[in-house]
Amino acid sequence: MKAKKTIRIGNGQGFWGDSMDAPVHMVEDGPLDFLGLDYLAEVTMSIMQKLKGRDPRAGYATDFIEIMERILPAMKRKGVRLLANAGGVNPQACRNALFAAARSSGVKKLRVGTVQGDDILPDLPGLVKKGVLLHNMDDNRPVTDIMDRILSANVYLPTTGMVDALDRGAEVVLTGRCTDPGLTLAPMVHTFGWAWDDWDRLAAGTVAGHIIECGAQCTGGNFSRWWEIKGWDRIGFPLVEVAPDGTFVVTKHAGSGGLVSVDTIAEQLVYEMGNPRAYITPDVVADFTSVKIEPAGRNRVRVSGIKGAPATDSYKVSMSYRDGYKSTGQLTLSGPDALAKAKICARALWGRLRRAGFTYQQTRTEYLGVNSCHEGIVGEEALTPEVVLRVSVKDPDRDKVNRFGCEIAPLVTSGPPGVTGFAGGRPKATEAISFWPALIPKELVRLDVRMEDLN
Amino acid sequence: MKVPLYRLAHARSGDKGDGSNVGRLAYNQDCYEIMRQQVTPAAVRRHFRGIVRGRVERFAVPNLLGFNFLLHNSLGGGGSASLKNDAQGKTHGMALLLMEVDVPPRFPLPKVGSAGALAPAGQLQEPSRRSRVTQGRRRSAGRKT
Repeated sequence: MKAKKTIRIGNGQGFWGDSMDAPVHMVEDGPLDFLGLDYLAEVTMSIMQKLKGRDPRAGYATDFIEIMERILPAMKRKGVRLLANAGGVNPQACRNALFAAARSSGVKKLRVGTVQGDDILPDLPGLVKKGVLLHNMDDNRPVTDIMDRILSANVYLPTTGMVDALDRGAEVVLTGRCTDPGLTLAPMVHTFGWAWDDWDRLAAGTVAGHIIECGAQCTGGNFSRWWEIKGWDRIGFPLVEVAPDGTFVVTKHAGSGGLVSVDTIAEQLVYEMGNPRAYITPDVVADFTSVKIEPAGRNRVRVSGIKGAPATDSYKVSMSYRDGYKSTGQLTLSGPDALAKAKICARALWGRLRRAGFTYQQTRTEYLGVNSCHEGIVGEEALTPEVVLRVSVKDPDRDKVNRFGCEIAPLVTSGPPGVTGFAGGRPKATEAISFWPALIPKELVRLDVRMEDLN
Repeated sequence: MKVPLYRLAHARSGDKGDGSNVGRLAYNQDCYEIMRQQVTPAAVRRHFRGIVRGRVERFAVPNLLGFNFLLHNSLGGGGSASLKNDAQGKTHGMALLLMEVDVPPRFPLPKVGSAGALAPAGQLQEPSRRSRVTQGRRRSAGRKT
C-alpha cells in the first residue's frame, strides 16, 4: 500500500474548445495534486484524423500546447501532475509540441508518459481478415459495409496505461483515446495502489471522473435552476478530494464563481447516461443507482456508497466514417410577420431548387426562435419579433450540395421584405461524418506506454 | 391541477449516438411518485412526437429520485451527420421539463424559486390544443424530399 492521504484531482477542460483560462485557474488558485484535461468528444477524433491527413504533424488538440505553455512553470513549482487525452490521433506529434512549449516556457526538465495503442485504423484490414467484423452496436451491420469510408477507429483504452506512466514518474501523461473518467481514476489507482479487481473503488473513481469530466458542467454550468448561480464570469472548474477508501468530496477552488450542490452534482451524474445500473468502462462496470450524494459544507458535496462489478471482456471502439456532404445556410427575417415570411422564403428556396432539377437525400428547415429545439412541444404562437430561418441539406453528391448554397442569398432581393443576416458568403459543402460504435475483444488490443524526458 | 414538470424536477440531457438521454430528478419523494406514474415512456414519446423517431426507454435511478430516459433516433443522425441545430440533444432536458403533469389540488409544490421568465403555477398559459403541423414541421422531420 502506498501513501494514505487525501488527494485532490481537478478538471480543467471538458472538451476541445473549452475555456483557455480554466486550467490556469485550477493550477494557480488553490491546492491541487493532479489535473485532468479532457479533449476528446466523439466527433473530435474524426476532425483530428482529417487534420492529420492534411498535415502529418497535426491531429492533436492544439489548445493543449498553448495552455501548457502557460501552466507548466506553476505546475512544476507546485508539484501538480497532469493527465490529458490531448494526443488525439497523433500523440507523438503532441508530445513533440509539448517539449517545445516546455522549453519556451523556461521549463528545463519534464518527464512525459505517452499512452498509445488506441488507434486501430491501420489494423482494420487485418482484423476483418481474421473475422473480427466490428459489428455496429446499434444496427449490427458488419464494418465491411463502410470499409472504404472509415476516417478514424479508436479503442477506448483502459486506465492501466495511464497508471503505469504515473508509476514511472510521469509529470505529464498524454494519451489518445482513453475514457474520460480514466483521467481522474488513474491518479487514485496510482496513489492508493488499488487493485484492478477492487471493483467498488474502481467504480468510485470512475463516478468521480464522470462527475468532473465535463468541467464546469458540475459547478453550475448547464444547471436547470440557472438563476441560483452567481459569478458566471469566474465560474470555477471542479475538483475531487479523494480518500483512500474511494469516498470523495466534489468542490472547487475558494473564491471562484458557480455552485457545487447536491443538485448540480446529481444533474451531472445523469448526463449522457445509459443504463444507470451498468455504466461500462474498460476498467469496471459502475452502478449509478448505488451512489449516495450529501451536502458537506458550502460548495462541498460528499459522494459515497458506490458499487462496482467486474469489467467486461471487450473494449469499445469508436469509428467515424464519411457519410456524404452537408451544408447549412441561414437568413434572418425581421417582423412584422417574421415567421410567415420565413416560411415563404423556405418554400421559395426548396421550390427553386426543385425547378432547377436538384433534390436531396435529406433536407431540413428550422425556424430558430420557433421550433429548432422544442419542435412539437412549444407552440408557434410564441411571440416572434424576428426569426432565423435555417435550411440544410445532405446528399452524397458534393456538387448538388454546393448548388444548394447558391440559393440562399438571392432571397434577400427575391423574397419577402425584411430578409437579412446573410454574411460570410455561400455556405459550402462539408463532409458529413457518422459514427460506428463497436466492441473488440480485449486481447486484440496492445497498450503502448512510452516514457520520455526533456533534459 | 396541471403543472409543468419544472415545478417538480430538474433535468439534464446529452447525446448517446443517434439518440439523446434525459436525466430527470425530482425535488422530493412525492414529486418522484407523480413522475413515476405519469412520466411514462409512452407519455414522453408523445411529448417528444416532433423530435423522437425511435423508441423511448426509461430507467429508474431511485437514489437520485430520478429517471433516465433514452430517446432513440432523436438527433437526425447525430454528431456531425445531423442537419439539426441541436444535433446533440442539449435542449431535450429543458424540453422534457415543459411536459405537463397532473398534481392533486393543494399539492405542496417545492419552493425552488424561479427566474423572472417562469410564471408561477396557475398563471401558466394553457397550451393550444389545435394541430400545430405546419409546412416547416413536415420539412423538418428529416424525411427524404
